Amino acid sequence: MTDHPAVEAVDLVKHFGATVAVDGVSFSVPRGTVLGLLGPNGAGKTTTVRMLTTLSPPTSGTARVAGHDVRTEAAAVRRAMGLTGQAATVDELLTGRENLWLIGRLSGLSRRAVRPLGDDLLERFSLSDAADRVVKTYSGGMRRRLDLAVSLIASPSVLFLDEPTTGLDPRSRIDLWEVLRGLVRDGTTLLLTTQYLEEADQLCDDIVVIDHGRVLASGTPTQLKDQAGRASVVVTVSDPGRLDEAELLMRDCFAEVYVEPAARKLTAQARGLADVATIGQRFVAADIGVDDLGLARPSLDDVFLNLTGHRAEPDGPEPEADDDPDHQLEGAAR
Amino acid sequence: MTTLSPSAAGALPPAAPTRPQVRPPSLLVASGIVVRRNLIHIKRMPELLLDVTIQPVMFVLLFAYVFGGSIAVAGSSYREFLVPGIMVQTIVFSSFIVAIGLTNDLEKGIVDRFRSLPISRAAVLVGRSVSSLIHSSIGITVMALTGLLIGWRIRDGVLDAVAAFGLILLFGFGMIWVGITVGSWLRSVEAVNGFMFTVMFPLTFVANTFAPTQNMPHWLRVVAEWNPVSALTQATRQLWGNAPAAGSDAAWPLQHAPMMAVAWALLVTVVFAPLALAAFARRSRD
Repeated sequence: MTDHPAVEAVDLVKHFGATVAVDGVSFSVPRGTVLGLLGPNGAGKTTTVRMLTTLSPPTSGTARVAGHDVRTEAAAVRRAMGLTGQAATVDELLTGRENLWLIGRLSGLSRRAVRPLGDDLLERFSLSDAADRVVKTYSGGMRRRLDLAVSLIASPSVLFLDEPTTGLDPRSRIDLWEVLRGLVRDGTTLLLTTQYLEEADQLCDDIVVIDHGRVLASGTPTQLKDQAGRASVVVTVSDPGRLDEAELLMRDCFAEVYVEPAARKLTAQARGLADVATIGQRFVAADIGVDDLGLARPSLDDVFLNLTGHRAEPDGPEPEADDDPDHQLEGAAR
Repeated sequence: MTTLSPSAAGALPPAAPTRPQVRPPSLLVASGIVVRRNLIHIKRMPELLLDVTIQPVMFVLLFAYVFGGSIAVAGSSYREFLVPGIMVQTIVFSSFIVAIGLTNDLEKGIVDRFRSLPISRAAVLVGRSVSSLIHSSIGITVMALTGLLIGWRIRDGVLDAVAAFGLILLFGFGMIWVGITVGSWLRSVEAVNGFMFTVMFPLTFVANTFAPTQNMPHWLRVVAEWNPVSALTQATRQLWGNAPAAGSDAAWPLQHAPMMAVAWALLVTVVFAPLALAAFARRSRD
């Protein structure tokens, strides 16, 4: 029980009739780290999580969670893990406290233990004031927090989060990220799925990009960005009238300059930090005002575009969206 | 649990080192917890009980006062005849209650959440069944009280009376499996509603529940008297002393009503329990 990874998937495959939802996915999550499964709608993220959490038996392949085989040792896996599903699966007619009681007791906590643990989680997730209110009256963000609190009641060593922040407003997302970071500090291993690149970038130690049920790439966020190409020098000039002048000036230094007139932005492939200094001096010498000048690394968005051929996500989540398309799509496949 | 005190609030219990003691609950304990959760639902939404309270009371009153005058019952008053019929209808409808509850939990992902916990999968079903039987029993009690108000009486011995209630519960147990089958099979609460109304009304009306079968056309009378619902109704009427034993012109099951009520309940269970378990397993597998 010492050196196994927290989660290990080997060649997982899942068929739904003729549909291949997951097609040979392998990865491993060291203990105490965060792995992000990143992919567009219907990529197979939810199906993968369902297999790892014993809800859906793999068509082929194996997976181990906390050292236990999901197929042959499902009970041991369930004891070791927590799951926060895509739709917040808290009981609407129960209060927050009762939800914690319900899952805590069913997880095997004693009657005496469940109460203080629940109170503690309510406090930690800023739900103490709403503890005795029926969940139906909660906002989307509160439901999500309660959902997460409920998953944590028995202190699982591995926590699966299926799109934990889908449908949350930006503020609640950032709050939730902070909570997740705290869990990792305390030693919990996280596996989360997301379609938000920023989320993967912010939270994950490793990222596995999947689409059409296959792994397209994996690595740390930095490695993935490196794969997408080199950094570039980006200049935003203050006066749109001087854009042409600025372009000429940059062409002296770079073979190719890409201009976005509407954004007053010029981009060129950088060879190093020295380029930024050189360009900066030249702009100062020519007295062209600049709003912004710097080195930009490719974003995960660029990575995603490179790998999948389409953008990850229209900007920003739709707050409080009840039914997100991914859920419906993968739900229909069930 | 000495590690946590109210003063420790604000700090999450560290995950690995001081994991609270966890001992997966037995099927019995887990089912009990699920029952309690389901009963909290009823407490929060008492209108869930309308189907076993106001609705059947309305039926009793409508039938007793609107139709009662024009339905002649041999050897008994119509009201005495009616009350056991409504009680049986209430217990048959427990399948409806189970199906709605189960579909709701499946739709909302609650069943998945339960399945991700270290409990027997059966706990969801056992818990749902028991709470539905409690739900229906509340209805039976309300019916009995309403019946007493309008002139229904238990005229035979206590043992017989208890046996009749026992038969009703046994039949309810069988109907629960029908409910689990339908609830696992259909995908939405609306579908369950539509299906159950279509099936349950003929099942409870083409019987001796609300009118004697003697005056039905011959073919319909045969169907009605072989309907399991009729045997149960006849059995409870006999045991409570609300009606004489079925005449020699009645179908065989009615002439042996108490025994047949038991047999039908067991048959329904034997047929539907495996179907229900298979349908539930299939529905919650992928």
